[in-house]
Amino acid sequence: MPDVTLAGVIAALLALSLNAYVLFAGADFGGGVWDLLATGPRRGRQREIIGHAIGPIWEANHVWLILAIVITFSCFPPVFARLGTVLHIPLTLMLVGIVLRGSAFTFRSYDDERDTVQRRWGRIFAGASLVTPVLLGVCIGAIAAGRVRRLGRNATFSESFVDPWLTPFSLAVGLMTLTLFAHLAAVFLTLESTDRDIVEDFRTRALWSGAAVFAAAFGTLVIAPEQAPLMGVGLLGSTWAVPFHLATGAAATATLAALWWRRYHLARVAVGAQVSLIVWGWALAQYPFLIPPDLTVDGAASPDVTLRLVLIALGLGAVVLLPSLLYLFRVFKAAPSDSVRRVPKGEPGV
Amino acid sequence: MSDLLAARSQMAMSLGFHILFAVVGIGMPVLMVVAEQRYRKTGDRLCLDLAKRWAKGTAILFAVGAVSGTVLSFELGLLWPGFMEFAGPIIGMPFSLEGCAFFTEAIFLGIYLYGWERISARAHLFAGVMVAVSGAASGIFVVIANAWMNAPTGFTVVDGKLASVDPIAGMLNPMAFQQTLHMTLASYAATGFAVAGIHAFLLLFDRQNAFHRRALAIALLVGAPAAVLQPLSGDLSARVVARYQPAKLAAMESHFKTGTRVPLVIGGWPDMETGETRYAIRIPGGLSFLATHDFNAEVAGLDQFPRDEWPHVPIVHTAFQIMVGLGTCMALIALWAGVLAIRQRDLCSNVWLLRALALAAPMGFIAIEAGWTVTEVGRQPWIVYGVLRTADAVTPMPGLVVPFLGFTLLYCFLGVMVAWLLYRQIIRSPRPTEWSRIYTPAGAARA
Repeated sequence: MPDVTLAGVIAALLALSLNAYVLFAGADFGGGVWDLLATGPRRGRQREIIGHAIGPIWEANHVWLILAIVITFSCFPPVFARLGTVLHIPLTLMLVGIVLRGSAFTFRSYDDERDTVQRRWGRIFAGASLVTPVLLGVCIGAIAAGRVRRLGRNATFSESFVDPWLTPFSLAVGLMTLTLFAHLAAVFLTLESTDRDIVEDFRTRALWSGAAVFAAAFGTLVIAPEQAPLMGVGLLGSTWAVPFHLATGAAATATLAALWWRRYHLARVAVGAQVSLIVWGWALAQYPFLIPPDLTVDGAASPDVTLRLVLIALGLGAVVLLPSLLYLFRVFKAAPSDSVRRVPKGEPGV
Repeated sequence: MSDLLAARSQMAMSLGFHILFAVVGIGMPVLMVVAEQRYRKTGDRLCLDLAKRWAKGTAILFAVGAVSGTVLSFELGLLWPGFMEFAGPIIGMPFSLEGCAFFTEAIFLGIYLYGWERISARAHLFAGVMVAVSGAASGIFVVIANAWMNAPTGFTVVDGKLASVDPIAGMLNPMAFQQTLHMTLASYAATGFAVAGIHAFLLLFDRQNAFHRRALAIALLVGAPAAVLQPLSGDLSARVVARYQPAKLAAMESHFKTGTRVPLVIGGWPDMETGETRYAIRIPGGLSFLATHDFNAEVAGLDQFPRDEWPHVPIVHTAFQIMVGLGTCMALIALWAGVLAIRQRDLCSNVWLLRALALAAPMGFIAIEAGWTVTEVGRQPWIVYGVLRTADAVTPMPGLVVPFLGFTLLYCFLGVMVAWLLYRQIIRSPRPTEWSRIYTPAGAARA
């Protein structure tokens, strides 16, 4: 590793907030996928559990994305400008997905209790939860493949704004993102109910989606060397690559094994490790590039004074945020969503 | 429609939509906390019901605000990559702080909304206070970034790029204090008046309804003081605009020719060709006084600026008239209610006050939209005043009319849905079954 620069530290924080976004908001999107795919005699109950699990935390989880955006445009402005220009179309579509997912979910929570109204909002919520992760993955795939380049002078519309992201590799990454989010959600959901049948429903889903993640990841890796040479070299050729893949594979296997033996708390930890390792594997494979092949961490960074101040601001923010986040998760995630513990005194509970 | 105009329209529409929800996200938590505090103190279950209903409303509005805010943060790059590449290092600072404040707001709102039965009464009230404080803070940080676009400081430009960047000096720009004060007061005034107005309207048909009476009292408690203070804050703003953005002030006042003892132009229609303002009322020396607190002072007119640096005068002038007119109405109504309250009169039995309040319900929000029109259109043709032109910051992406229309349709749909939900969930007074629940002791309610 070369010496650590200020920009390098901020880039690590950027990867960290993306990691948190994928881990937490990813699971919320995955919840929407399982809402869409709810089947069997307990489908109403499944949807209810998903709603209760996401309700208190999805907005906080969503802010990790905003944090990543803010870090990008403060500390690496050329990166933000490039992404906004070249990936205009998939990012805009992703935004529509984000808007519809969030508002439909809230409307469903507060609108009429009647089934038809609920189902209408539920369908929008679930559909947006399905499409948005794919678009996020498509954008990540385009970056990783080194196709988000400076606009050519005489390039056509399609060469500039469509070809960079409409590729088999991008779509493979999109699909992998979707399966990963769904898997993550299913694993988390096994801990959200006290009803054994419901837990079994989510366990089955977690196992199947885990297999889908393996398939999607394998497919992506196979086409990576040809489609995304830079990424392929990073992912397959570096000295850290082999131990990293082994660790990711071990975490994935541990998740499935824990699910198999119904050790759900262990499965939650393992799947978290698996997802985080995938994000960091991507980040390290790209290093030192933020956007290959030309925008590097140090080359695209803002002046040091900005980086230092943003670091201070984030540090101060973390002092307030981290305890608050821990509190949020302790209040809502310490026990299954359908086993509300009542506070004995002072609260009438209307 | 040119791509630049489409980009500007999309940004204006996105901001105009988001700001309604952002303002509610600042104002509603205060109402919610006041109602809950009253319940904790007096045991008045109507106040608890109000707090819960307002919390529901806040949940709906906050969610739409959060997602439309996300759209804006992306749009900075999707529509204005040139601006972000240029200004990111300096306005990133307030945005980073805003990110942290917004994060705090989202966390505690989750705790507040879903934690009624999970945490202690004191922890719950504390969560509400945190939502209110961080909501105000995040609004303030965003407005600081906007103030920098109006009065950019803390850098030099070398070969079209920022040099010797000082983000702290950027945050302490000369417009920051006046603009954030004006916007924060506006948030409380607009939210308070909207809520008060809705309940005043319903009281007109159901004078003794205790639910609406409580709601009206709490809403006025928050909205009225802010509305009274707002004209004073406006005066502070006018003077910094006069100093740092004279072209904007001239457009606001439809003031074409530089002179001394300049009259205040009220209403009328500015003619950009002849430089006349027709059908206006003029108060001699008024503008000189507002800009400098001296009736005889010289005020620069639009003739001091090249024609291609003029903002669109009729839009800016009209929007400014709307903002000031509505703000004045709200301040007068607030004073009237205040006088009645001091004399210990029952506000809810004064039909004329109720009518005025009902009429004033949308005024705060219209004034806010008009005020932002003044700020943003008045800054044109610049995106960073005097430094970077809007036309040089726009994305090279063609066909921008498509996303503009797309987002417009999406937001129209969401707007209608939100209005419908709010009516059903929050505004409508409780049904008889709900009343009986409110008035029966807690233990008996479930029987």
